[in-house]
Amino acid sequence: MNEVVITRHNNLIDPTLSIWGWEIPVYLFLGGLVGGMMLISGYFILTGRTKNTLCSCYRIPIIGIFAISLGMFLLFLDLEHKLYVWNLYLNFMWKSPMSWGAWILIIIYPILLLNITLRLPENVGIKLPKLNEISLKIQRNPFITKLIGALSMVFGGLLGAYTAILLSNFSARPAWNSPMLWTLFITSGLSSAAALVHLVGKDPEERHLLAKADNGFLIAEIIIIILMIIGFVSSSQVHIDAARLILSGPFAASFWVFVVFIGIIIPFIIQIFSVNNKIPHTNIAPIMVLFGGLILRFIVVYAGQYSQWPRNVFINF
Amino acid sequence: MARYAMVIDTTKCVGCMDCVVACKTENNVPEGFNRDWITYETIGKFPTLHMEIRSERCNHCDNPPCVYTCPTGASHISDIGGIVLVDYQKCIGCKACIAACPYDARFVHPDGYVSKCTFCEHRIVQGLDPACVASCPTHCMYFGDLEDPNSEVKKLLNSRKYRVLNPETGTKPQIYYLI
Ligand code: SF4
Ligand code: SF4
Repeated sequence: MNEVVITRHNNLIDPTLSIWGWEIPVYLFLGGLVGGMMLISGYFILTGRTKNTLCSCYRIPIIGIFAISLGMFLLFLDLEHKLYVWNLYLNFMWKSPMSWGAWILIIIYPILLLNITLRLPENVGIKLPKLNEISLKIQRNPFITKLIGALSMVFGGLLGAYTAILLSNFSARPAWNSPMLWTLFITSGLSSAAALVHLVGKDPEERHLLAKADNGFLIAEIIIIILMIIGFVSSSQVHIDAARLILSGPFAASFWVFVVFIGIIIPFIIQIFSVNNKIPHTNIAPIMVLFGGLILRFIVVYAGQYSQWPRNVFINF
Repeated sequence: MARYAMVIDTTKCVGCMDCVVACKTENNVPEGFNRDWITYETIGKFPTLHMEIRSERCNHCDNPPCVYTCPTGASHISDIGGIVLVDYQKCIGCKACIAACPYDARFVHPDGYVSKCTFCEHRIVQGLDPACVASCPTHCMYFGDLEDPNSEVKKLLNSRKYRVLNPETGTKPQIYYLI
């Protein structure tokens, strides 16, 4: 027997950490989604798809601005000392991923706005003729257009990666402490973004392309999940215990059912048929991918808070 | 520069919780929260049981992840003997430091900022011991400067066997438990 009794019972800490509720997983999902959307939009711009007026690179930044604003609002909702939030922008703490994130989120806005000016929505162009002029100038300048595409890709990647580095940095929480978490979040962000753009895209050829790309992202996601689990079970005891949380522990059922089957395998099969023109493209597969991406963030955030270093010191007694 | 640390003799601690009550009184710790607490650990098989009772708190780590992760600089290493403190005016309550601490030593104060043990900074600047140390009826807790070779804490660590909590986390904790 090795029994540990602790007299402490601090709210949100004991018996297991529960400092972050629904706001943080939803924010991480939106951050990953916008990061993925910026990567896709930047790629479309750099590959010259801007000539196509239906190109989703014109719609992505508009959706992106709303999504990231909602995410930032949720982040704000989660703060316990809200009136002091401005302290985030008085310093840049280079060792703190959260500080990096705060500044990345601020830089994201002008990039998304620049992306919007690539082709202003018609009514905005009429109402703001001066802005329309700038937009036309940018359109005619291939260097600036490409620069916007490149910035979109770089900062989209940073945004997607930071949402995971924020968590994997916490070595005190073994279930988060994986060097692969950021690749999982970027891939999942890309797959959710491809799914969303597939849902709202107007160009059938582009929707077809995104369904194909999404299948690639979904395969990559499965491979990363397997590698992450191998990484955990071949590591120290706390990491083995962390892997057990999703292999046989309290998060196993929701992880395998919602994230793996509903979020990855079933939409992958549906999209295999649709990209091979066996069935028409449906909205159900991308909706499932988005659902799986959201639940993944919930499970990662909750499992990480659940996992901890042992409280007993007599392990080698 | 001084390096303040605490040495706690687990062979003398009886788990009376006087240190807990003293801390709550001295620091106005709100009801339902603790800056320090008692851990009772039992190992073995009846009748060969071994028990350790320890008074635990923030370890004022030399390599504090709570400080590194803080996005505003609210959590910081103070000039007063390297102790780890939180500037309540800078804290936004993001709780990153709570997630970063492997000892779960921090909590969210009902007023919104993050709070934890301060080694009774207000007392030590006056040359007093922290309230928990001063109140311990078995005198099992010692506070002092590890940089001073004549300090009691330094002498105890030189002469007795000790351990720290979860050294594998790499935080270099500064609460030493004599065994
Ligand atoms: S015990 Fe926790 S709160 Fe205290 S300094 Fe170490 S990591 Fe920070
Ligand atoms: S809760 Fe406060 S002290 Fe902790 S990391 Fe956030 S800002 Fe820093």
